[in-house]
Amino acid sequence: MELLGLYHYWVFAILLMTGFYAVVAKLNLFKKLIGLSLFQAAVFLLYITMSKVDGGTAPIFSGAADAVFSNPLPQVLILTAIVVGISTTALGLGIVVRIKEEYGSIEEDEIQEIDRR
Amino acid sequence: MIVMFGIFLLTLLVITAIAIVRTSNLFVAVMLMGIASLLIAANFFILDAADVALTEAAVGAGISTVLFLSALALTSAQERSKSSRRLLSFTVVAVAALVLIYATFDKPRLGDPQAPAHTHVAPWYLENTPTYIDIPNVVTAVLGSFRGYDTLGEVFVVFTAGIGVLFLLGSGTAPGSLPRETRNEGLRHYLIPRVVGRLLIPFILLFGLYVQFHGEYGPGGGFQAGAIVTAAIILYALIEGERRALAALPQRWLLGLMAAGPLIYGAVGIAGIVLGGNFLDYSPLASDPVSGQHLGILLIEIGVGITVTGVLLSIFHAFAARGR
Repeated sequence: MELLGLYHYWVFAILLMTGFYAVVAKLNLFKKLIGLSLFQAAVFLLYITMSKVDGGTAPIFSGAADAVFSNPLPQVLILTAIVVGISTTALGLGIVVRIKEEYGSIEEDEIQEIDRR
Repeated sequence: MIVMFGIFLLTLLVITAIAIVRTSNLFVAVMLMGIASLLIAANFFILDAADVALTEAAVGAGISTVLFLSALALTSAQERSKSSRRLLSFTVVAVAALVLIYATFDKPRLGDPQAPAHTHVAPWYLENTPTYIDIPNVVTAVLGSFRGYDTLGEVFVVFTAGIGVLFLLGSGTAPGSLPRETRNEGLRHYLIPRVVGRLLIPFILLFGLYVQFHGEYGPGGGFQAGAIVTAAIILYALIEGERRALAALPQRWLLGLMAAGPLIYGAVGIAGIVLGGNFLDYSPLASDPVSGQHLGILLIEIGVGITVTGVLLSIFHAFAARGR
């Protein structure tokens, strides 16, 4: 039961590395971006896991005197990070679309082949 | 019980993530990505992060899926090449994962109230928010006021990313680039999406406004509201065709919204200096410091909301316009 408290962190590690695998091993640029999003999501999960306090509720005062609140700071960090993340992902997608238009391919090996010619 | 449910959701999440990496059909991968986002959002909710769950559900499961799909429509849905150096990559990644898991044994258990993260500065914010800001939602108080400077930076990052996409893909405002009726009819000929969409869109917009202006009292704020309003307008564009969506909210307005958000935010900051305080200190904005804080947070949240709406919608239109 003691080890179950670490399960969230294990999922973080597996998710992070699954995303990283897609970034390093896949040659498709679109797939790399999807992997990057997974990587990002794993980091979000790590921060939010750290904000949980046993028996706590969301950090919104409701009038109850003895309420325990979870830590608001990681939540603030991740809240903004999610929106920034989608904006930067969109920028990456824009670059991929332009690469497709210029090279006719989004596979890294084919693009390098064209570059070498 | 709730812990077991969380563990169940996380296990599903790992399975989804592995499926995302293994599938070679990119369309399937994007759809699974949406499911993964929704699972993460549900987990955030279980972990008491209502604001973050709302954002992840609106942005991750909603808008990000639409953006990936519209980019996918411009590239190819099938992944052609196989992985490179698969064994080497897998070994490196597996070793790194094992190292990370080994490192977690030193971490405080989930929910431990004595964890270092909860004993340093966090209690200060929980104790002093009622005195200085006096709004119920501590997340909004930290985001808007205590760490308003950081949020200003984030707004500029979103703004810059939007500008970057428009530079890469073109903003679609040039004359003659108006969408032709032929390819942009959306789902207008399908009865059910159209009727359901028409029913839903006004309520999504209303919910967006509620989230925007109720963010001090409940989960919500500019980031979430911007994403929800964007989702409503994207839904309109999908159902009625992009041309009508652009007629309702022209690209020129969207560019205005993009720029107006950071301007409002910065102007509130400078107003603080002019009225005798520091940059982004809202206390001098009204007769007493606490109502000054209320006013300041309301104004900067509006700035955040319209930036996010403007940027995300411009990005969507930039991708959609590229397909013509």
